[in-house]
Amino acid sequence: MRKLLNTLYVTTPHAYLSRDGENLVATVDDQERFRVPIHNLEGIVCFNYAGTSPSLMSLCCERGVSLCYLSESGRFLARVSGRVSGNVLLRRKQYRLADADAETAGLAKAFVSGKVLNCRSVLMRFARDHDEKEGSQEVAEAAERLLVYFRALDRSLSADAIRGIEGDAARAYYEVFRHLITEQKESFAFRGRSRRPPLDPMNALLSFLYTLLMMDCASALETVGLDPQVGFLHRDRPGRLSLALDLMEELRPYLVDRLALTLVNNKQVSPNGFVKKESGGVLMDADTRKLVLTEWQKRKQEEITHPFLEEKISIGLIPYVQSLLLARHLRGDLDGYPPFLVR
Amino acid sequence: MYLEEECLPLSGIQHIAFCPRQFALIHIECQWLENALTFDGRTMHDSTDDPFSYEARGTVLITRAVPLVSTKLGIYGVADVVEFRKCDFGGVSLEGREGLWRPYPVEYKRGRPKQDDRDAVQVCAQAMCLEEMLGVRVDEGALFYGKTRRRQVVKIGAELRARVEYLAGEMHRLYDGGVTPPPHKTAACESCSLAEVCLPGIASRRSSKGYLGVSTLEEPRK
Repeated sequence: MRKLLNTLYVTTPHAYLSRDGENLVATVDDQERFRVPIHNLEGIVCFNYAGTSPSLMSLCCERGVSLCYLSESGRFLARVSGRVSGNVLLRRKQYRLADADAETAGLAKAFVSGKVLNCRSVLMRFARDHDEKEGSQEVAEAAERLLVYFRALDRSLSADAIRGIEGDAARAYYEVFRHLITEQKESFAFRGRSRRPPLDPMNALLSFLYTLLMMDCASALETVGLDPQVGFLHRDRPGRLSLALDLMEELRPYLVDRLALTLVNNKQVSPNGFVKKESGGVLMDADTRKLVLTEWQKRKQEEITHPFLEEKISIGLIPYVQSLLLARHLRGDLDGYPPFLVR
Repeated sequence: MYLEEECLPLSGIQHIAFCPRQFALIHIECQWLENALTFDGRTMHDSTDDPFSYEARGTVLITRAVPLVSTKLGIYGVADVVEFRKCDFGGVSLEGREGLWRPYPVEYKRGRPKQDDRDAVQVCAQAMCLEEMLGVRVDEGALFYGKTRRRQVVKIGAELRARVEYLAGEMHRLYDGGVTPPPHKTAACESCSLAEVCLPGIASRRSSKGYLGVSTLEEPRK
């Protein structure tokens, strides 16, 4: 399996990125601060407003290095994508299936199955480790309910019915999510998911990490030649990365939720690192953001055995491997899409 | 006979000889990994370290990057090196040169001689293109291996020609159908630059249905 390379996160606001031959160069106030050969990078995520040179953009596209821009608060702004991969048969198949009800329902079912089972794993883990803590009974019950939803998926034939179950399962999961926060409970109190804007520090943390995961999923899909904008569970909407959102569903609990909980429960992030704006929205400060990015990168370097391929891979390659399995399913090598399941 | 726009890259011959699925992934699905091996191969082609410097004055003419096509096989490509060797008969006239010259394709490979015939079929395909283009017979070509620094003669015999004809036919059959054959895991997969895209292991994996514990996934597709 391929090796995971590094992702560069540019957090210095007025840093400017340019190209020098085969290298990326970061300058701040006309002083060179950093330089790295492009072949060492998997992706570049820019929080800086000064931007990047067109020549660097073209180098990234040529070398398959993903390049995206987020606002300072981690809101998605733009992605630079290069030439579309030449796998036209794969893309046509993707579009054909996205237009066919039964196929759309089948894939939506696979994505939601993965999500429900992985949410359940997060809850089960807590119930196992903390059976004396308050709320563990409630968490165990929610885990049971998720299993009921998972079984109901099997009997659902329409994509809309599956979307309905996905909504119910997400509610059941987020209802007990507050119990999983065992330290700094007051400051990180969680009363359900809020996104636009995130209304509390936990939601701000989750939203930020979900954006990073979405970027990784979109790049991975493009790498294998799929169109990240045409999804199955998520309907097309201009500009929406629907297939990246589809792929993300099964990965949210394992890659993001668990990391966010660890950061809070180990007191690596503190409530002082979050700012409440006048509008009620909550933002992370620069230091917290840097810490979260560092921990996200560390998490990606960890190795696991992929449950379907039974090969050792870095956690950061999961979106790539899942994209590949989806592509191989669409090209007829596999009888279904095997979602990533946490053992 | 194939039309010009129906011709496929000659390099596909060595891919399909090695593995039909590898051919399909590269030529039908455009999944080409710029891995160290292919990159290295390219730089070797560009190298100034020239193993063909033994030119006997006046009797061997070396030409490089020679465009090739065969409408019979339906392939086109470029030969690294074609030597033209002075001969008394069975050759072609070359502009501005005296006498007759027999074409002799030489394919340049990094690495070592292979267990299979994937390099030989490529030389043979080049020879068959030269025959068709120049109207002469080509009985011999050569492979040069970077690792061993040795030339290896390739006899263009009936058996090898039949194999090239078969492989070229298979290339067109797969390409026209847009078919990628399923993987068959063998020892050769270890050395394949496309293994990480092909996932040869999925052939032997349990189907995705059993994997979810219940049959949540759709019926197999045609």
